[in-house]
Amino acid sequence: MAWTKNVLRVNLETGTCTTEPLNMQWAQDYLGQRGLATKYLVSEIDPKVDPFSPKNKLIFVTGPLTGTMAATGGRYSVVTKGPLTGAIACSNSGGYFGAELKFAGWDMVILEGASPKPVYLLINDGKAELVDASHLWGKTVWETEETIKAQHQDPQIRVAAIGRAGENRVLYAAIVNDLHRAAGRSGVGAVMGSKNLKAVAVRGTRTDAYQMANPEAFFAATEAGKKVLAANGVTGQGLPTYGTQVLMNVINELGALPTRNHREVQFEGAHDISGEAMHEKRPTDGKANLVTNGACFGCTIACGRISRMDPGHFSVKDKPQYHGASGGVEYEAAWALGAANGVNDLEALTYANFLCNEDGFDPITFGATVGAAMELYEMGVLTEQEVGFKLPFGSTEAMVKLAELTAKGEGFGKVMGLGSKRLCTKYGHPELSMTVKSQEFPAYDGRSLQGMGLAYATSNRGACHLRGYMVSPEVLGIPVKMEPQATEGKPAMLKAFQDLTAVVDSAGICLFTTFAWGLADIQPQIQAACEGDWSEERLLLVGERIWNMEREFNLAAGFTAKDDSLPPRLMKEPAQTGPQKGAVSKLDVMLPEYYQVRGWTKDGVPTAETRKRLGV
Amino acid sequence: MQKSLHIDPNKCTGCLQCEMACAWENHRSFTIAKSRIKVFTFHKEGRFVPYTCTQCDEAWCMTACPVDAIRLDPVTGAKIVLEPTCVGCKVCTIACPFGTINYVASTGKVQKCDLCDGEPACAKACPTGAITYVDADWTGLGKMRQWAGKTDTNPATV
Repeated sequence: MAWTKNVLRVNLETGTCTTEPLNMQWAQDYLGQRGLATKYLVSEIDPKVDPFSPKNKLIFVTGPLTGTMAATGGRYSVVTKGPLTGAIACSNSGGYFGAELKFAGWDMVILEGASPKPVYLLINDGKAELVDASHLWGKTVWETEETIKAQHQDPQIRVAAIGRAGENRVLYAAIVNDLHRAAGRSGVGAVMGSKNLKAVAVRGTRTDAYQMANPEAFFAATEAGKKVLAANGVTGQGLPTYGTQVLMNVINELGALPTRNHREVQFEGAHDISGEAMHEKRPTDGKANLVTNGACFGCTIACGRISRMDPGHFSVKDKPQYHGASGGVEYEAAWALGAANGVNDLEALTYANFLCNEDGFDPITFGATVGAAMELYEMGVLTEQEVGFKLPFGSTEAMVKLAELTAKGEGFGKVMGLGSKRLCTKYGHPELSMTVKSQEFPAYDGRSLQGMGLAYATSNRGACHLRGYMVSPEVLGIPVKMEPQATEGKPAMLKAFQDLTAVVDSAGICLFTTFAWGLADIQPQIQAACEGDWSEERLLLVGERIWNMEREFNLAAGFTAKDDSLPPRLMKEPAQTGPQKGAVSKLDVMLPEYYQVRGWTKDGVPTAETRKRLGV
Repeated sequence: MQKSLHIDPNKCTGCLQCEMACAWENHRSFTIAKSRIKVFTFHKEGRFVPYTCTQCDEAWCMTACPVDAIRLDPVTGAKIVLEPTCVGCKVCTIACPFGTINYVASTGKVQKCDLCDGEPACAKACPTGAITYVDADWTGLGKMRQWAGKTDTNPATV
C-alpha cells in the first residue's frame, strides 16, 4: 500500500533514533501528511506548551501519493505548534525532499526534545543518525546543503535546512529544501532552531518501501489527471508561463491588491512587479528576470520561477554569489516584498526573495512586517534613530536593508524578526498589524474579496490563502462564479474548500492541482494507491475531521471565537479605489453562518453532535 | 524505421516523471535512485538536462564486456544487458565515455537504457516533450523546422 507504515522517532535530547509502526487506524481516519501528523502531534503534546519548549515536537511528514507518479506527488509538510501564532502550524513544501524521505522508507519523522548541541539528522534508507553540526551553525541554508553533500560525497542527498533566521528564532523562520522550496509559514524553522537541529538530510534508494494498491487503476487515474491539468487554462498555460504571478495584474485590476499595509487596495506599480514584467527584457542588460520555469517532484504543471538578477543592480553589484539563477518571486512574495511596502523594483524583490530562501524566512510575513514598520515610521512612531535609516513607504533601499538585517539577525532586523503583531504592539499600535492570530495576510484584500476575509478569520493557522482559497470562486469562477462583495453562500462554500484542501494537503499532492481538479479527479488516484474504500464522501469527512481536530487544538491552546476576527482597518476603513470602492468586510454577517454550517456553537466550539459525527 | 530517444533540454522542467517511469518499468518502484535516465539540475544557470544512453553504434560497453553480456537488439538498436550473463565486473562502466551504464549493488549487475523494447517509458511520461522517441535518422527535424520557419523565403511580400 501507499504508506511505508514506518515512523522514525528521534529523541534529540538522548540522541536516539527508533522505528515504530505507523498507526494504521489513524491513517484510515486522517489519510496522511497534514491530517496524520496533526493527529500524532495533538495526541502527544500539551496544547498550552511553549512552542520553543523541548516539549513541543516537530514532525516531517509525507502523504500516500508522495513519491508516486501522480502529478505533483512530491509534497511533504512540517507540523508543530507555531511560535508566531501559538496555534497549530502546518507548512507544506515541494521540491524533491519529500519523495526522497518516502524512498528511504519513512512516512513520518517525529523529532522530540532538544539537542544539547547543534546536530543534523542523516537518513540513509533504514539507517538514521544524528551528526554533529557545530561547523554548520551560523551558516546559510545554501552553504549547509553544499557542505553536507560534500562531506558525505553524495550529490544526490536531499537536504531540508534552516538558515540563520531559524537559528535566531525569527518567529516566521522557514525550513528550506532543495535550495528554494520552503515549508514557509508560521515559523516552523524557528521551532527547528530551538531544537538545535540544523538540517535533515535524506538519501532514499529502497524499492520495497511501499506499493500501489492497484497499479493498473493507479496509472489509469493518474494519466487521466495529467490530461486534465494539461488541458486546463490555469494549470496548462497560465501557471507554467507566468507562475502564480499570473495573478498580480488581475488582482490589482479587481481592486483586491493590498497596498502599503492595507491602506489601499490597488498598487500603481503592480505591472512593474508582475509575471508579465518578469518576461520583459531589462533595459540595463537586455535580459529578462525570468530564466525558465521549473517543477517540483512529479509536477506536470511547473509553476516555479527561476530568475536571474541584473548583476548591475545596486543590491548585488559587488556580490557575485547572487548573480546566478535561483528561485524567483512567486505572487505572494512579490506582493509582500513589493505592493505591501509600495516598492516596485522587481530586481530588489528578487534579491530579497533570494535572501528569504538563503537564510530561511517567510517572505509574506517579512514583507508585511516591513509594510507595518513603514506605516509606523510615517506616523512618526518609529524613528530613523531606532531603525538606523529612513523607512518611508516605497523605499527600495530600506526594504533591501531590512531583508539583510533580518537574515543576519543584526540591528533592527532583530525587531523585524518578531513579525508585525509584536512590532506594532511594541510601538503602541497593535491595530496596525495586518494579521489574524498574529499571522500576516497574504496577497488578497479581505474587504475586496468577502470570502477571503472569512477564510482569513477562520483559518486554523492564522491568516493564510492556502486553507480555503476563496479567490477561486470570487475571481476565477472555480467551481462557480461568486461576486466578490456577495456574502450569500460563502460560508458553506468556504467550508467545502477548507475540507477539500485538508484532503489535498493530506494526500501528498499540490493544492494548485485544484485549479483544474475536483474531488472526482483526485479520489480515483487515492483509491488506486491506498488500500480500503476511499469514496468522495469519506474523503470529505476526513477533511472535515482534520479541520475540526485543528480547531479543537487551537481552542485547547487558548484561542476563542474572539480570535476569528480581522483588524479594524478591514472592518471600518473602506476600499478607496477600483471596482470594490467603498467595501469593508462583512465578517459579522458571515461568521455566525459559518459556525452554523460547521456544526459549531455560536462561540465557535464544535457541538457534541459534531464531535460524535466526526469522531474527534 | 529505427527510432532514437531525442532530448530537448530547453523543454525540461525537472519534474522527474521520466525517472519514476524508468524505475517503475524496470524495478516496479518509483524510487528514482534506480532510474537509468537522470535529469541534471544546473541550478545557477536555470537549466534541467535529462541524460541517458544514446545507444552508440560501436558501443564501448559492448566491446569491453568480457563475458559478452551486452547484446545488440537488431530491431530497436538498443544495447541490452543480459542479466543472467552479467558478472558485475563493471568493466563496461569504465569503458563507457558517457557514464550511462552503471552498477546496481542490490542486484550485482549493471543496468543501462534498453529503450523498453521500443516503447520508452520515459518518453511516454514526459509532460513537456523534452524526451521524445523519433526517427533515428531525423532527430534534428524539429530544430530544422524551427529554423526553417525563421527563414525569409519571400522578401517581396514584406
